[in-house]
Amino acid sequence: MDDVERLNRVFAALADPTRRDLVARLAAADATVGELAEPYDMSMQAISKHVKVLEEAGLVTRSRDAQRRPVHLDAAVFDLMTKWIERYRRQAEERYRRLDALLATMTGAGDSARIPEEDAS
Amino acid sequence: MSKQETEINADPKVPTIEIVREFDAAPEHVFRAHVDPELYAKWIGPRSVSTRITRWDARTGGAWAFANDRDGEEIASFFGSFHEVRPNERIVWTFTYEGEPDGVALETLTFEELGGGRTRLKIVSVVKDFETRDGMLASGMEVGVNEGYAKLDELLAKGI
Repeated sequence: MDDVERLNRVFAALADPTRRDLVARLAAADATVGELAEPYDMSMQAISKHVKVLEEAGLVTRSRDAQRRPVHLDAAVFDLMTKWIERYRRQAEERYRRLDALLATMTGAGDSARIPEEDAS
Repeated sequence: MSKQETEINADPKVPTIEIVREFDAAPEHVFRAHVDPELYAKWIGPRSVSTRITRWDARTGGAWAFANDRDGEEIASFFGSFHEVRPNERIVWTFTYEGEPDGVALETLTFEELGGGRTRLKIVSVVKDFETRDGMLASGMEVGVNEGYAKLDELLAKGI
């Protein structure tokens, strides 16, 4: 699976509010499908399907422990989301530092430049 | 210089991105840097590209479009409408990256006077679903898609 395909799967998996909620809960601790299903008005089977989608996207793994088979969040993938947001933040910050510099010239120049076509309508 | 760094919030319940940033300049200046096309083109693009404004009518009901060029070649273009322009206080515009023609963000910008010649800019960007929102976060819309994926590849190599 190439990176773009993997990304698409991660996005698709997280596009569902229930699955986002499951991921948030698994960030705190591993849990069985039964434990995950408890708060929802949903069948175990429905939750099981959601977990399968998360599994196929590489977001969670399930242990081979036949008794409980707890669902485990893959922290590396989850971490990636955090990294995306941080990168996005850095890009925005770089942009606003350019704006800082521009604003310094605007305010420093006694603002002799006229505002073009200010429409007083 | 503003010590406050850009803050980004990605809501887990609704597909929005919120950006908050403070500036050492009065609201009218920060506002003008968003509606004057010459000023806007100076700061909006990534450093590696130049921004070419192709359409600009920064009034309620107006429209805008610009393209990013690198080495004289167009690498990305964007367009949208000015839904509402309220001088020095608020801008509501739509934003589409031509590479994703079905994706559109509705962005509300507010310019809040903080006193002492300072301004807090807040942008709330709404898109149709989480996939679109996360795609925006992941690829950084203002870089070309390929450049975005190249950078993402590095992250994937490190993170997974």
